Amino acid sequence: MVRWFAGAIVLGVLVQTPAAGALEISIGYLHRPGIKSTLSLLAQPTEDAGVAGARLAIEDNNTTGKFLNQQFSLAEVKLKDGDDAAQAAVKLADKSGFIIADLPADELVKAADALRDRGAVLVNAGATDDSLREQDCRANVIHVAPTRSMLADALAQYLVWKQWKRWLLVVGSHEKDKLFADALRRAATRFGAKIVQERTFEDTGGARRTDSGVTLIQRQMPVFTQQAPAYDVLIAADESEVFASYLPYRTWEARPVAGSAGLVPTSWDAAHDQWGAVQLQNRFVKMASRRMTALDMQAWTAARMIGEAAARTNSADPKTLFDFIKGAEFSVAAFKGQPLTLRDWNLQLRQPILLADGRMVVSVSPQEGFLHQVSELDTLGVDRPETKCKLH
Amino acid sequence: MSRMWRKYLITGLAASLAVTTPACAFIAYVSNEKSNTVSVIDTDSWTVTDTIKVGQRPRGIEFTRDGKFVMVAVGDDDTIDVIDAAKKQVVDSLPSGPDPELFAQDAAGKTLYVANENDNTVTVIDIDKRARLGDIQVGVEPEGMAVSPDGKILINTSETTSMAHFIDTATRQIVANVLVDSRPRFAEFKRDGSELWVSSEIGGTVSIIDPARHVVTGKIEFSIPGLRREAIQPVGIGMTKDGKTAFVALGPANRIAVVDATTHTVTKYLLVGQRVWHMAFTPDEKYLLTTNGVSNDVSVIDVAAQKVIKTIQVGELPWGITIAP
Repeated sequence: MVRWFAGAIVLGVLVQTPAAGALEISIGYLHRPGIKSTLSLLAQPTEDAGVAGARLAIEDNNTTGKFLNQQFSLAEVKLKDGDDAAQAAVKLADKSGFIIADLPADELVKAADALRDRGAVLVNAGATDDSLREQDCRANVIHVAPTRSMLADALAQYLVWKQWKRWLLVVGSHEKDKLFADALRRAATRFGAKIVQERTFEDTGGARRTDSGVTLIQRQMPVFTQQAPAYDVLIAADESEVFASYLPYRTWEARPVAGSAGLVPTSWDAAHDQWGAVQLQNRFVKMASRRMTALDMQAWTAARMIGEAAARTNSADPKTLFDFIKGAEFSVAAFKGQPLTLRDWNLQLRQPILLADGRMVVSVSPQEGFLHQVSELDTLGVDRPETKCKLH
Repeated sequence: MSRMWRKYLITGLAASLAVTTPACAFIAYVSNEKSNTVSVIDTDSWTVTDTIKVGQRPRGIEFTRDGKFVMVAVGDDDTIDVIDAAKKQVVDSLPSGPDPELFAQDAAGKTLYVANENDNTVTVIDIDKRARLGDIQVGVEPEGMAVSPDGKILINTSETTSMAHFIDTATRQIVANVLVDSRPRFAEFKRDGSELWVSSEIGGTVSIIDPARHVVTGKIEFSIPGLRREAIQPVGIGMTKDGKTAFVALGPANRIAVVDATTHTVTKYLLVGQRVWHMAFTPDEKYLLTTNGVSNDVSVIDVAAQKVIKTIQVGELPWGITIAP
């Protein structure tokens, strides 16, 4: 144990005193940490959600950087209510050629447009909106976060493989719930599942934490799910955290739940331990004193992509790095069992999607047998022939 | 007892009849990552003769130079178990760092260099004294290890840093770093020291490095009809003593590539079990044994014929393999 600390100190000294003339690369991190209330206390985001992943990637980049005389740093900006994301991005771009962003879709587009003439690149680590990769795509935005359609397709492939093809779809009443439902409907059509019925769960307000909540939920959920046509699995589209986590074990019929609760498609899970992932999980827990979430992993991957480009090109010039990342030679290793590459038509990172139940990783999509002429990863999400994106 | 002997004699006889030129019997040890065991294979009968319980998550495995002990890295126990080859049981352990995975020993069999995946270090161990002599800081997730034939240079590959680190064994200082493709997992020198080969699992290539100039002079690429590029993930490398032929394990491609080690061209792909990891030659180089992680077996390749002649079931997720000198 003592030796571990000694090792860390030696490393720290090496990293903090780079040799003269080191290539210095500052990466921006722009986010709006809000106090989002989740149904499960376990899922409650922390103040460092996402940015902790970027910090670990900076450490990893610097471990490599000490052999290449490269020095990475993170410039974090936390937006408060009323702060303008585009203005903050422009200010960050003074010293950072790449800005990792965890922002809602509308703010991300504004920030991208504000940065266009400055040659700075946004790396979208948080927003899953398909629109950002389609009609609203921008030539200066790389997307590391998977899209809703990639997540829905990953889930659908598994459910179809499992022969659970009759879905009861329950959709929340907020806009992003409806967007996820759109992706799920598309996935059902693509992979041969049938939505036997759709129901809407209206958000009538109310607290997520009450002292006698369980008793009430236990009465509500069976009633809400009764009198449905025969179905194999209940799919919940509830990004707003209003009802999905209340469904498992409480449906009228004994049926599994998937989507926003139960079996959840995600880019990362704290239980993922294949393909060397356990080393990353251990490093993260040691650094952040908590487990690694999907947002942390997306931010880690974003900062590692920039580190990888710097190592390969031996350059700190943002344009050189961006060209390399967009080029055919680029790939990044992210503990998913295969190299991750960019879709050149919309700059979306191709990636396997984990299906996790909150305790374990149940499966990883694409599933065996879903074939593609270019990459099986392109069976997930909107493919080249269907894209509405035109990069300028 | 007598029945067992009879069984051995019969299977031994059958094996010697089946193989036109009967080989001397060798003993192979295979680490089973999931079972927490080591399978012992007799290369005469091609059967598992013993299964030895070891610590948690056994991976890197090697005989000591005198053939008396087998060292196996048990990553989740943060140590290296030492198996007495005569007693077929764990008798001791070596003080590695956290999560040891692969290791290499010097020609004399006195010093062991261990890659500890969890804390970016290589640990140096005195094998006889079972004592740790020091640590060397390397890149993120150290894995592949090799000692140059002249003993002067130790190679460590670090997976997330994507480098081969050249370490002076006398001073234990890094003297050079060579960037290779993503996730380098294994390093192997040609016996004459003229080339260092490093496999990149995610990059899908084997880099040929000039050890004197510390530069990548060539890359071996693999392409198998009907298999997508992402499934080709080079891991273990085996080279014949004459330096003419190399074998590269291609992981989930379920194949071993046969490579002309002079021209660096792939001449053949041999279908083995699923997710092939590592390999070891019998000392006479007649056979090459490969560990197939997902199918839980070991493939036996006839080196001269370049053919898979046998499959042996072992424990769950076989990973490393070593054969008694």
